[in-house]
Amino acid sequence: MQIFKNTNFDFLRYKWPFIGASLVLSVAGLSSMLLHGGLRYGIDFKEGTQMTVKWNGAPPEDQIRSALSKKVSGEVTVQPLTDLASKNEIVIGTERMGEQQMAAARKAMQDTLEATFGDAQSGKLDFNNAGASEIADRITVPLQQAGVQLSDPQLQKLAADLRTFRDTPPRSGLLPSFDQLAAVPGVNSAIISVLKQQCSLAPFSILQVEMVGPKVGSELRTKAILATLYALGGMLVYIAFRFEWIYGVAAVIACLHDTIITIGLFSLFNREITLTVIAALLTLVGYSMNDTIVIFDRIRENLKLLRREPLESLINKSVNQTLSRTVMTSGLTFLTVVALFLFGGPVLHGFSFALVVGIIIGTYSSVFVASPIVLFWHNWADGRKRTSPVPVPAIKSQPVRKSSTKALK
Amino acid sequence: MKKNVTGRTVVIVVTILVCVFGIIGFPKSGAGLVDNLKHNIRLGLDLKGGSHLVLQVHVQDAIKTEADGAIERIKEEMRKQSIDYAAIDRNDPTTVEDADKIEIDVKGVPATKTTAFRNLISERFNLWVLTPVNSTDYRLNMRPSELVTLKRDTVERSLQTISNRINQLGLTEPTVQQYGQAGTDYEILVELPGVDDPARVKEIMQTTAQLEIDDVKEGPFQSRETALSQKGGILPVGTKLVREPPQGDRTESWYLLSKAPIIRGTDMRNARAGQDDMRKWNAQFTLSPDAGKRFGRYTEANIGNRLAVVMDNQIHSVASIKGRIEDSGQIENIGSEQEASDLALVLRAGALPATIQIQYENSVGPSLGADSIHAGIVAGLAGLAAVIIVMLVYYKRSGVNAVLALVLNTVILMAALSYFKAVLTLPGIAGVILTIGMAVDSNVLIFERIREELRSGKAIVSAVDAGFSKAWWTIVDTHVTTVVSCAFLFIFGEGPVRGFAVTLTIGLIANVFTAVFVSKVIFDYELSGRRQLAELSI
Repeated sequence: MQIFKNTNFDFLRYKWPFIGASLVLSVAGLSSMLLHGGLRYGIDFKEGTQMTVKWNGAPPEDQIRSALSKKVSGEVTVQPLTDLASKNEIVIGTERMGEQQMAAARKAMQDTLEATFGDAQSGKLDFNNAGASEIADRITVPLQQAGVQLSDPQLQKLAADLRTFRDTPPRSGLLPSFDQLAAVPGVNSAIISVLKQQCSLAPFSILQVEMVGPKVGSELRTKAILATLYALGGMLVYIAFRFEWIYGVAAVIACLHDTIITIGLFSLFNREITLTVIAALLTLVGYSMNDTIVIFDRIRENLKLLRREPLESLINKSVNQTLSRTVMTSGLTFLTVVALFLFGGPVLHGFSFALVVGIIIGTYSSVFVASPIVLFWHNWADGRKRTSPVPVPAIKSQPVRKSSTKALK
Repeated sequence: MKKNVTGRTVVIVVTILVCVFGIIGFPKSGAGLVDNLKHNIRLGLDLKGGSHLVLQVHVQDAIKTEADGAIERIKEEMRKQSIDYAAIDRNDPTTVEDADKIEIDVKGVPATKTTAFRNLISERFNLWVLTPVNSTDYRLNMRPSELVTLKRDTVERSLQTISNRINQLGLTEPTVQQYGQAGTDYEILVELPGVDDPARVKEIMQTTAQLEIDDVKEGPFQSRETALSQKGGILPVGTKLVREPPQGDRTESWYLLSKAPIIRGTDMRNARAGQDDMRKWNAQFTLSPDAGKRFGRYTEANIGNRLAVVMDNQIHSVASIKGRIEDSGQIENIGSEQEASDLALVLRAGALPATIQIQYENSVGPSLGADSIHAGIVAGLAGLAAVIIVMLVYYKRSGVNAVLALVLNTVILMAALSYFKAVLTLPGIAGVILTIGMAVDSNVLIFERIREELRSGKAIVSAVDAGFSKAWWTIVDTHVTTVVSCAFLFIFGEGPVRGFAVTLTIGLIANVFTAVFVSKVIFDYELSGRRQLAELSI
C-alpha cells in the first residue's frame, strides 16, 4: 500500500500564503498573550496554594467560593476543570503569599470545605479524605469495644485495604456509601457499623495540593526557559556543523515558530502553562527538529546529485521525496498523541493538548517555514554574488551548497 | 557483514534476555511477576501519588543561636576579668540572605580596659573579628569561613534530623537530600512516595521530635479499658490516652493527656546527661528562648498541676509543677549513665538546629495517582495498537520488522530505567512518546528509502542495503541533534526537565540499535538464501 508515489507538488510556489499564515498565527498568539496580560502560568511557575478537589456530583461552585472567601484571606479562585476525563473536579487557588500564609491558607481551605460540605460538627472522621493511619487510629478502640479482635498489624492492613479500595476506580477516592466496603476482604458487618459510627463521608475528595513559595516559582520558570534556549542553541550549532549555518538558523526559527504558536493557542484557550506543558513543548521542539532535519538531509543529498537544478525546484523535489515519510511519521505520532489526549486522564491533558497542536504545526513548519528560509537566504546571497564586483566562483564541489559568506565582506 | 546473521542474532537475543531480566527478574508466579515489575519500574510521585517538598533551612536561626551563646560567654568572661561594659547585643537578621550580616555590639568598655578586652576576644573568641566603633564601643563580626562552616553544618544537621524522623515513619523509599546550590540555597528536598496524609508527615517533620511535655488531665488508670469506660467509651476532644510502662515494682498505668503538647522536640536546643544531688542520672535539656518563655508562663500559671514527659508516645515520668520553670529542665530517674547519655543524644538529634520552612509542596493523592496510571496505560496501549495496525497495513510483512523493533525499543528503555534505578515520571513519559515517534520515524525513513530504490529498479537485496545505508546518516543527524539538546536540558534543567532528557536519551540510543541494527538483521535473515526473491513485502 502506498499513498504518495512519485508526487510532484509545488510546495514552494505557495510559500507566501503559508508564510503569511504563519505570521498571522504567531502574531495572533502573541497578541492573545498581551491581551490576557501575559501567559497564564500554572501554580508551579507562580506562587500560592492550589487544591484540586473532586466532587461526587456537579461541584457547588458558588457555595464553595462564598464559603472560602469568608475564611481564606486574599483572593480565592474556584475554577471547574472542563476536560472530558476530569468530570466534577474543581481547582481552588490563592495567589501570592509568603510561605507562612501558604500553609495556613491550605489548612483553612480544607477546614472550610469540611465544615461547609462535610460532617465536621459530628466530630466524625472524614473517611474520604483520611489517610490509612488516621483511619486505623480512629477505629482501634471502637473495634475492640464492638468485640472485633484485631492485632495491630492486622488493623493497619485493614485500614490500608480500606483506603486502597476507596482510591481504586470507579470510586477514585470518593466512597459513596460504607456498605460498599463489604467487598473488601476481611470486612464484616461489625466493622462497617463501627466505620459508620466513627466516620462520615464527605461529598468531595482532595486529589492534589500544591504550594509554591515565591522563590521557587520564579526559579523554576527561569531554569526551564534557560534550559530550552540552551538546548536550541546546542542544536543550532550541531546542525550548522553538519550542514551549513543557515540550516541551523532555519531549523531553530521553525522550532521557535512552533513554540510561539502553541503557546499562543494555550493563551487563546486560556489554558495554564505548567511544568508538564513545558515537557510537552520540549517534545514538540524535538519532533519539529527531527522533521526539519529529515528534509534538510534530503536537500543535502540532492545537492550532490542534481547540481544543475535550481535550488527552488531542488527543495521542492526533496520535500516531495520525503512526503510519504513525513505523512506516515506525523500521522502515526499524531495517533499516539490523540490516544493520550482522549484516554490519558486529567494529568496528561495539558501535555497531550500541546502535542496534538504541536505535531501538526511542527510538520507544517518544516516544509513551509524552515525550507523557504534556506531558499530565501541562498537567493539573496546568490543575488549579492552576482552584483558583487569581484566574482567569487561557486563552490560546486562542496558536499553542501555553501553560500559564499565571503561575498558579504 | 551480511553473512554473519547468526552472530548478530546472538547479540540481539542476549540483549533481549538481559533487558527482560532487568524488567521482571525471575518471577516464580504471576503475582511475583507483577511484584517484580512494580519494584523494578519505579513510578514518580506524579504518577503514583505522594508528596514532593522543598524545605528551606533558616540558617540565620543557627547563627543567631551561636551569637547568643557567644554573648553569654563574653559576658561571663568579662565579669571574671572585671572588665565593665554597658551593653552587649546582637542584631536580628530575619532572612537567609541576611544571615551573614550577624554582628554583636559591645558598648561601654572603659578605655583603660581596651587591651584586656581585645586580648580576651582574640584569645577566647577567635571565631569573631573585632572592629572598634569608637573608643568604648566595638562590633564583632563572625569570620566568613566560620559562617560558611556553620551554615553548612546547620543544613547537614537538619537533613540528618529530618531523615531520622521520616525513617521512623516506616514509609517506603523516602528521599531526603540536599537541594539547590550548596552554599547559597540551604534547601532540602524531601520525596515521600505513596504517603497518604502528607499533612501529618509535614507536622512530624517540622515539629514533633521524640520528646513532648504534656498537660496531665486525668489518671492514672489501671488499663486503657478502665479509662475508656470512665469516659463513656469516647475520649474527650483534644485528649489522648498514653501508657506509662511498668518500671521497678510499679505496674503499667494510663494517663489522659492533652493532645497538644506544651513543649515539643523542636523546642529543644541542647541536651546532656547529668547527675542530681542524690547521684542519680538524669538528662538535662535546654529550651529555645521562645519555648523557654512559653514554658515559664505556663508553669507559673499552673503550679500544682501535673506534667508528663512523653518519649516516643510513652510516658517517661509524671511530676507536679512546683514553681516556674524557664528555659531548662531535666528528665529524672534514669537507670544508668549509658541510658542518660543515650537519651540526651536522642533529644539532641531530635532537635532541629534551625526553623524549617516549606517552600514548595506538591502532594498528589493516591486516587489521582491510581487514575493517572490507569489512564496512562490505556492511552499508551491504544496509541501503540494504532501504530502497530497502521504499520502492518501500510508496510505489510516489513511492518512486522518495524513493530518488533518498536517493541524491543520499549523493552530496552524500560530495562535501562530499571538498571539505572531511574524514576518514570510524567515528563519521562513525554520522553517515551518522542522516542516512539522517532523510532517509528526511523523505520519509516528506511522503508520509504527501500521503496524508492525498488522503484528505481534495483534488485531486492541491494535495494534493502541501499535503503539502510542512505537512511543511516539522516537517522544519525536527527538522533544526535536530539541527544545534544537533551544534554543541555540535563545540565541546565531541573527535576521534570531532566527526567525528560534522561528517558529520551536512553530511548534514542536504544532506537539506533533496534531500528537500524535489529531491523537489518531481520531483513537479512528473511532475504538470506532467497536471492531469487521476486517481491519484497513492503
